[in-house]
Amino acid sequence: MVELEDIQHFLVSRTPAMAARYEFLSFPDPRVGRAWLSAMLEKVGSAHAVGSGAPDSRWVTIGFTWNGLRALGVDDEPLATFPEEFRQGMAARAEMLGTTGKNSPEHWIGGLTSSDLHAIVVLFARDVAERERCALEHARFVKECGVTVLSSLDLAAIPPFDHAHEHFGYRDRLSEPPVEGSGYEPTPGAGPLIKAGEFFLGYPDQSDLTPALPKPERLTRNGSYIAYLRLQQHVGRFRDFLKENGETQEEQELVAAKLMGRWRSGAPLVLAPDKDDPEIASDRKRSNNFNYGEMDPLGYACPLGAHIRRMNPRDTAHNIERRRMIRRGGTYGPALPEDAPEDGVERGVAAFVGCASLARQFEFAMNVWTNDPEFHELKNERDPMFGTQDGTFDFTIPKRPIKRKITSLPAFTTVRGGAYFFLPGIRGLRFLANGAKA
Amino acid sequence: MTVKDFTKPAAMAIPKEGYFELKNGRYGVLYPRTPANYGFTIIAKVKAGREPAVREYGKKIENTIADLPEALEVLKLHYLRWVLFNIGGDTYFMYQGIFDTDFDKYTEDAVALFGKYGINTVFENLEGFPEDWKTNAPAFVKFVREHQCPSFLEYGEYPYVTADEIKKALKLKAAFSAMLDQMQ
Repeated sequence: MVELEDIQHFLVSRTPAMAARYEFLSFPDPRVGRAWLSAMLEKVGSAHAVGSGAPDSRWVTIGFTWNGLRALGVDDEPLATFPEEFRQGMAARAEMLGTTGKNSPEHWIGGLTSSDLHAIVVLFARDVAERERCALEHARFVKECGVTVLSSLDLAAIPPFDHAHEHFGYRDRLSEPPVEGSGYEPTPGAGPLIKAGEFFLGYPDQSDLTPALPKPERLTRNGSYIAYLRLQQHVGRFRDFLKENGETQEEQELVAAKLMGRWRSGAPLVLAPDKDDPEIASDRKRSNNFNYGEMDPLGYACPLGAHIRRMNPRDTAHNIERRRMIRRGGTYGPALPEDAPEDGVERGVAAFVGCASLARQFEFAMNVWTNDPEFHELKNERDPMFGTQDGTFDFTIPKRPIKRKITSLPAFTTVRGGAYFFLPGIRGLRFLANGAKA
Repeated sequence: MTVKDFTKPAAMAIPKEGYFELKNGRYGVLYPRTPANYGFTIIAKVKAGREPAVREYGKKIENTIADLPEALEVLKLHYLRWVLFNIGGDTYFMYQGIFDTDFDKYTEDAVALFGKYGINTVFENLEGFPEDWKTNAPAFVKFVREHQCPSFLEYGEYPYVTADEIKKALKLKAAFSAMLDQMQ
């Protein structure tokens, strides 16, 4: 049984939030951190509480860096039992992840590469007014405690509000790994249920075994790791690219679809190869009901290097259940109106990837699926949407009689920050608040 | 992108460390691609009395591949060579593989596959193999790295060509022959 009453709701429930705020915190000494956490604890909803109670208006999640666990008083011996990638942190792993050049940590903002980054508090709110109310209350409280806010980021859904989408206009939140025991109803094409141990520590994973927990167990059982990425989207550049590569509106939409693997409506190219069919996207029974191996082995519908084919190669990759991740997040910055030129204002997505092993899941996805130019024998391509692009990579669109190759693909996104956090279970949070001694 | 010319045989001498530049993958240092592609040579001492068990695994792999020819596809192998030899009274196992993917990239896939087809089990006959390998990919990789003897020279008569490219070329040749036959 998955202990939903002890797991933070974050990776289990998708809340109906239209606004959010992330705050990146530093604790000047353990007592300050513990005082802050003790008061915040009651605001953190478990997966059980969030899934079952009266409708909430805000949802709070708390995670810690490895330095943060130390800052709260966890001893060196148990700290050394955490996986190496978490101990090192995301910035130290940037070269392997492929976040180099303009994406490299030397350009990151918000104090995310600092060893003083100890914690993140994620606030999801029903609307902007509720976010503002909570932000004010929290600002008052951190001042009272003496906690330092290194930086913060406000997020909000962008219009039109009838469906979730990001700044390029692609529909978002279309798929979610079906986790065994989480109460999630798998939709057709979502694949078999995935063992809870792929996302939460202390459970059997897809190997049918339970990996050893980092110490102490009271802190780590029912925890998860999350990788945070702040990804700036260059909307003007993206729209210019579509205009340069498609003469008509229809051609431009097709190029946009080929890059993503779905039309901007969310309809997958495998099911709607020539023309958009928005009805598929809003039908949960159909929007994920496809594969590549049988339905599109050569990529004539969805190119081999398209974003969604890289991030989930479905039946064309081995061991795929061991690479699945749960994604959360939202958009920040104002929407750029259609036909408006690039205004230089930063906008993008700030997202989290949740998993039980950063190295096996998130880092593999970044290292191989996103940034390996040799992926699928493509030789000189990276993920067209958020791979590290510097104008030297291509994008191939398989087409009869001959393929179309777009060369010198520009960067549509830039990584502006990232970090690894551990999300303890509710008992784990209490353990930290009570002094972190076993 | 450097264009690698498959028509021009190439040789590469490799420094003692096994790499030219220290670059880390997810589980440690990365070894370079050479004209003979990626590969490893693992040499480890066989536990006393386990030589027959190791030999039996050769037969087991033969049978597995006969039944499931695609079983090792994920490893993108060209060749495997397993050798047993003695030094003094001890028996050593040499596992040499030549393949097209950077092993580090697909470590967990390889570990899962090894588990599925019993290759890991042959490793259990080797001294120092971690008992918790099933849930501990980093420990598995550590064993491989500690027993890896990097090449100091690698040569390719048709350098940098992948097994998939060779298979595609042979299929194309066969298809072309069939087409010519049809035109007689």
